[in-house]
Amino acid sequence: MAGQADEPERAAARALPPLDPRLALAVVIGGALGTLLRTELATHWAHDPAAWPWATFVVNLAGAAVLGWVVVRTAGRPHRHGLLGTGLCGGLTTFSTFQLEVLQMLDAGHSALAFGYVVASVGAGLLLARWAGRLAAGAGR
Amino acid sequence: MSAATTLAVAAGGGLGALLRLLVGRAVVGRFGAPIARGTFVVNVTGAFVLGLLTGLAPARDLTLILGTGLLGGYTTFSTWMFETDRFAGEGAGRAAAWNVAGSLGVGLLAIWLGRAVGGG
Repeated sequence: MAGQADEPERAAARALPPLDPRLALAVVIGGALGTLLRTELATHWAHDPAAWPWATFVVNLAGAAVLGWVVVRTAGRPHRHGLLGTGLCGGLTTFSTFQLEVLQMLDAGHSALAFGYVVASVGAGLLLARWAGRLAAGAGR
Repeated sequence: MSAATTLAVAAGGGLGALLRLLVGRAVVGRFGAPIARGTFVVNVTGAFVLGLLTGLAPARDLTLILGTGLLGGYTTFSTWMFETDRFAGEGAGRAAAWNVAGSLGVGLLAIWLGRAVGGG
């Protein structure tokens, strides 16, 4: 029974449905647009570790709000969700740069700024995602 | 920033978003993990690679294309917030708190470790 050990792995691999090429394209286009927007803001709104990272802060909060809205309004429309949610909002917002900014603040000894930045981002991000979702559920139904 | 670099940053972002979809699908679909686990894996691995990139400190254009473009598109703040709020809305306050603290803690450790490995 040499093949038996492989069985669960193959069964699991089969369980993953093939990627829909239209969804992939929608995510790529949305992701490119979102990234473009974030990059434009970041290059014109540069920051140093001693100051509030306004560019990342603004795109992350805007993206959290837009995603809250998009999830409700694109329910049952996977391609539209891929373009606007997974693509645009995912590309617009960033976790990696956010973490790098926090690390650089800590390096520079601005731990209070780092703490405030994390709390404000997460707190406002959660509130905005919820508020936008409720707004979307209430509007135009 | 030149037009070619801008285009490359956007292409990197599109590719990163697709990579996020694929990794998320693999984590959630193949291993049967809860949906937020996919975002966690994406964000932590993205933070590690950005740390690596910061440590290696390549030319400015490459940093923009890979760091701002590819990794910025790959990792996500919005989905992290959305999924955390969904946990909270379902009464799973502990899962919501862990999703925030875990991503922050492990992500910060990952980016610090990446930078150390990269020599920064």
